[in-house]
Amino acid sequence: MPSYVIVEKCDGCKALDKTACQYICPNDLMILDHQSMKAFNQEPDQCWECYNCVKICPQQAIEVRHYADIMPLGSSTYPMRGTDSIMWTIKFRDQKTVKRFKFPIRTTAEGSIDCFKGKTLPSDVAALKQPGLYTGPARKE
Amino acid sequence: MSEMETCRWSFCEKPPVETIETDLLLVGGGMACTGAAVEAAAWAKATGLKVTLVDKAALDRSGAVAMGLSAINTYIGPENKVADYVKMVRTDLMGIIREDLVYSLGAHVDQSVQDFEDWGLPIWKKDAEGHTVDGQTAKDEGIPRLMDGGKCVRSGRWQCMINGESYKVIVAEAAKNAIGMENIYERVFIVKLLTDKNNSNRVCGAVGFSVREHKAYVFKCKAMIIACGGVVNVFRPRSVGEGQGRAWYPVWNAGSTYAMPAEIGAKMVLMENRFVPARFKDGYGPVGAWFLFFKAVATNCYGEDYMAKNWERVKKEYPGYADNPGTCLRNHAAMIEMREGRGPIMMQTQEAMARLAETLSKKELKHLEAEAWEDFLDMSISAASLWASYNMEPDKVPSEIIPSEPYLLGSHAGCAGLWVSGPSKNYMGAPDKWFWGYDRMTTVEGLFTAGDGVGASGHKFSSGSHVEGRMAAKAALAFILDHKNDKLEAAQNIDDVIGQIYLPYEIFEKYKNYTSAPDINPNYLRPRQIQSRLQKLMDEYVAGCSTMYMTNKPSLLEGLKRLTLLKEDAMKVAASDLHELMRAWEQYHRILAGEAHLRHILFREESRYPGYYYRSDFLAIDDSKWKVFTISQYDKNTNEWKFETEPYKELVK
Repeated sequence: MPSYVIVEKCDGCKALDKTACQYICPNDLMILDHQSMKAFNQEPDQCWECYNCVKICPQQAIEVRHYADIMPLGSSTYPMRGTDSIMWTIKFRDQKTVKRFKFPIRTTAEGSIDCFKGKTLPSDVAALKQPGLYTGPARKE
Repeated sequence: MSEMETCRWSFCEKPPVETIETDLLLVGGGMACTGAAVEAAAWAKATGLKVTLVDKAALDRSGAVAMGLSAINTYIGPENKVADYVKMVRTDLMGIIREDLVYSLGAHVDQSVQDFEDWGLPIWKKDAEGHTVDGQTAKDEGIPRLMDGGKCVRSGRWQCMINGESYKVIVAEAAKNAIGMENIYERVFIVKLLTDKNNSNRVCGAVGFSVREHKAYVFKCKAMIIACGGVVNVFRPRSVGEGQGRAWYPVWNAGSTYAMPAEIGAKMVLMENRFVPARFKDGYGPVGAWFLFFKAVATNCYGEDYMAKNWERVKKEYPGYADNPGTCLRNHAAMIEMREGRGPIMMQTQEAMARLAETLSKKELKHLEAEAWEDFLDMSISAASLWASYNMEPDKVPSEIIPSEPYLLGSHAGCAGLWVSGPSKNYMGAPDKWFWGYDRMTTVEGLFTAGDGVGASGHKFSSGSHVEGRMAAKAALAFILDHKNDKLEAAQNIDDVIGQIYLPYEIFEKYKNYTSAPDINPNYLRPRQIQSRLQKLMDEYVAGCSTMYMTNKPSLLEGLKRLTLLKEDAMKVAASDLHELMRAWEQYHRILAGEAHLRHILFREESRYPGYYYRSDFLAIDDSKWKVFTISQYDKNTNEWKFETEPYKELVK
């Protein structure tokens, strides 16, 4: 299906200004059915299984049933993405083997990036044609 | 063949048009254009120029890094020389690269990597006891950052391991905060470029449409950087069901970076080159960390190391090119086993883990297991799920690897792309004609590219694409300042261009009621049907998987015949909604990129990249004739292609 939406959980992001999965999908696959107010994956065989819809869904209504032509049923891979780390739970088809991993995802606060903080911005446009970037000169060896 | 229809807005409603005037237009939202955005913004005060970015997806998760990455593959670091980086790239790409481009990229790339860490990307480090720690722990423990002299954890000589789930989110945030969301247009798909009325070799804008609302967009600009990835799914993939979405490179890379510049006459280089990644089968999990970091060995089905077994043979077949095993020749060594019936090829992960376990503590081993899984979870989650769905644990059983369907790109272990100017006159002794005024400018004035767009210079990866966008941005701003007084006016009638873009809509509405099933109609094809036909002919005639990457002149000519008719039929593509309209034009871009690939393979009468593709009628590498850049130029008006060659020149001894 690749990513699928659980009808009971999806609320169509009614309370938000946009449907989260539709906003984020890099391949424009997630779409909101305005009648049912449920999202769905409109082109499952073009799904990269990038999990961006799964990670962003505020209702945790999206999961992945992996490619039917490749994978046996029964396993699951599910992320809980926080602001600084992600927790993965991987359940094998045998329903016995479960792996849990937690990895950091960023070391700064969301929204805090200021690429020019503490930097002297260039003022000489002649330097546009010279090697180097606003962050420093090119390496010389 | 009947004449192409024109959109008279008789059956579909004409969309409102929004026109945006800007100085520098960035087409694409991946690593290259987010790099360009940051650098251009840094110069905004000095130049007084406006920057606008347009992306067909959402910047946070667009481009090849949308899912994340587990490593940064290009970081030179103080311990390496840029010249050695150039030599590595040259070896891997079989001796023909633009060393001026590769060297200058190498001289700048570390700055982008250091920025990423500064912005919050966790980069693995070694602690005081020499143990590997993740990027957050490194920060908490006060281990120095790269820019303060800290050392990353290398998996290979040029690679740094990262916790890269949010890599693109971080890089996008930097770009957004630098140029402001008001200058970013998401979900707008650019279809056609505009040229100047008084100079047909000068870009002056781009036209596209919103994928979210019935609205066309016209961007007018003084210069442009086009960088929207490589080409995926131009060949029939190994999985043709749902699994075709699990391409190795992002499935939304539709060749727009090559097709749109080609349509306005930009020259392309080495478009015969391709990348055939050997990856964990079906899930496309990365193999780099397994080979380089875990030191795993890959074997044929009888447990024989195919590299050790076949390398003397490969050296004899390709003398002078097999002293260091480049990526395509490693593929070639595996393909020998597959052709001779000793597949499948297996990565012996369990042996590698067992060897490592001999020297590691229990805690370290647990950490190692997490690292192996993270390698997949950060960048190809399905590969981890594949293990789970088959009840496979990498420390217990081996996993199959396989060479995939071909991909066209310029940033990874491939070098297809546009022919661009070098950084400066005689840079490192480059020939005069490799520089025409502005770094990374294509042969069309004002049109720049970076990342997958720049040909003859691979192995940039994510960091190199980002920094190349920055370099191109500087040059583009210089170009704009030098041409301040140019009065630009589009040669194309904008209404006609918009009509052409929405024609698939008109066609669908006009004919849809003629038959009882919308997919079967003699008046049109749907984008999906065009894609299947393109993939089939590329696979069967242009050295796809089904012929084990083998082709010859008669096959190519047959392929070209079929592709030419497909190109005509593509004028009759139908789209029922905005999503399908995007697909329609993506397929058109794929066809043009595929045609360039086919024609270049036909032109180069040798097998320069064994393991990527073979010309069965010219199986050898022929340096006497083909140690050259192959350069093509498409003329849209006559539908003809011109070819020329340019000698390779070694700049780094």
